Amino acid sequence: MIKNISNLGDAALYCDFGTEVNKEINRNVINYFNNLRDSNFLGITNITPSYNKLVISFDLKLTSFAKLKKQVENLELKKNNNSKNNLIKIPVCCAEEFALDIKRLQKLLKINEAKIYETFFSKNYYCYMTGFIAGMPFLGDMDKSLFVKRLETPRVKVPKNSIGITEQFCNIYTFESPGGWNIIGKTPVDIFDNKKNTEPNLINPGDTISFYPISKLEYEKKYE
Amino acid sequence: MKKNMNKNYFEVLRPGINSTFQDNGRNNFYHIGIPFSGAMDNRNFLLANTISNNEINNPVLEFAYQGPKLKYIGENISINVTGDVNFKIIRKNKNLEFSCYENIILENNDCLDILSTNRSVYGYLSIGGTFEVDYYLNSCSTNTKAKIGANSGEKLEKGQIIHLKNIKKILPKNKIEYLNSKIENIRIIKGPHFDYFSKDAIDSFLSDEFNVTKLSDRMGIRLKGPKINNIKNTNIKSEGLVKGVIQITADGDPIIMLSDHGTIGGYPKIGVVISADYDKLVQIPPGSKIKFKEINLKDAETIFKLYEMETQNLISNIK
Repeated sequence: MIKNISNLGDAALYCDFGTEVNKEINRNVINYFNNLRDSNFLGITNITPSYNKLVISFDLKLTSFAKLKKQVENLELKKNNNSKNNLIKIPVCCAEEFALDIKRLQKLLKINEAKIYETFFSKNYYCYMTGFIAGMPFLGDMDKSLFVKRLETPRVKVPKNSIGITEQFCNIYTFESPGGWNIIGKTPVDIFDNKKNTEPNLINPGDTISFYPISKLEYEKKYE
Repeated sequence: MKKNMNKNYFEVLRPGINSTFQDNGRNNFYHIGIPFSGAMDNRNFLLANTISNNEINNPVLEFAYQGPKLKYIGENISINVTGDVNFKIIRKNKNLEFSCYENIILENNDCLDILSTNRSVYGYLSIGGTFEVDYYLNSCSTNTKAKIGANSGEKLEKGQIIHLKNIKKILPKNKIEYLNSKIENIRIIKGPHFDYFSKDAIDSFLSDEFNVTKLSDRMGIRLKGPKINNIKNTNIKSEGLVKGVIQITADGDPIIMLSDHGTIGGYPKIGVVISADYDKLVQIPPGSKIKFKEINLKDAETIFKLYEMETQNLISNIK
């Protein structure tokens, strides 16, 4: 549950659910997020869930911190309001030209390539949050044997649709962007489709992701 | 007979440094990584549309520093420019000077040259009519990072054509006298990680001057000054941001999030700029010095009400 609600400036609520990163806390955050989305409280302009915080921004012309805080505190939560959350399968091509950091990972983790991929593909991943850049999902948790730090020097350009890992998380670069995560492959699926006018993002906070490997040939086919 | 929609247009002779179409911005997409965007200086955006007798959320052309040079083809049209902007109209090889905050008439073959914003950053061009632009997620605001909104999510480019529609009859002057006040003192409210910093760091943050660097754009303002050292770990778990948040980077430099900011971030938030100072904040150009002053939430809310009243007064004084 929310431990504390404070103000983030004069036009946002900062709801603190704790300091740890785990699914239990995040499910609480997402549950509040889903319930608030259905609440229609006056003046809310954005709700941003993250690992263990929920930021609610509002229009100061329409409501105020004190007013909205009271409404959020008194919000009656519908149980298990996770009907919005899905299982999504994402193909990944791990051809050498896409797996930019696989050699580095073998060295750092002291595990061979085949074992890295076997471990990576054997798990489902939970989407804690999306954002930073449009549609980028932050997924976890990685198997402990694959925990690895970010690159010392971030790449200036990580190719769009690259799959990156760092520590307990993996993500998908929805746009070409600077970034420091270890790149292990690439998906032919656009996670954020800026031509779709409704629900342009494939993955939402609370969804579960199952990655599966595809060959270069299948990658090219899917791309067409 | 119905008018040909594409009869009136601008040809972009020079795009300017950062010219984009903007409106009020988009709500309710932070959770998928899409920021508000929208006109940076909301008051000047509202004034531009009001002088044009437009709907409040009509698209405007926002420019920064050096604006665009546009050749106009079509029937006479009213236009106005807001902000602190130096511009001229070239008509039959003659340079005509005009003021901001009043409707002026653009004739066929006129060339509108928006030269510069004066000791400020953003200005706005509004027309008695509508720029024909694409909408995405209920807004035309261009976000060049996500490549969404008007102009396929891109800045204006040289040679492109901007089509206009719903051209109005020539409008009254609708002039107002308005001076954009410049500020150096930015009022802030304590952020959730205020206590991550030593007393000395806080004192320095609230009393020293900071330089606005060139690394400032629609996403954020980067500041340089005394290093703000933390006493707790600089890396927090990434969490939601809002515009006006001041984060302290790992290097100890403040960075203020603006309208196109990344939706989540992992640096500690030392403070948040009050809503009433946002329009003025975004207009502070690189090379300027700013100082922060801490106030409480209640005062910030009162100051915002006054700021809103002032905006409404300005709007009702347009004639």
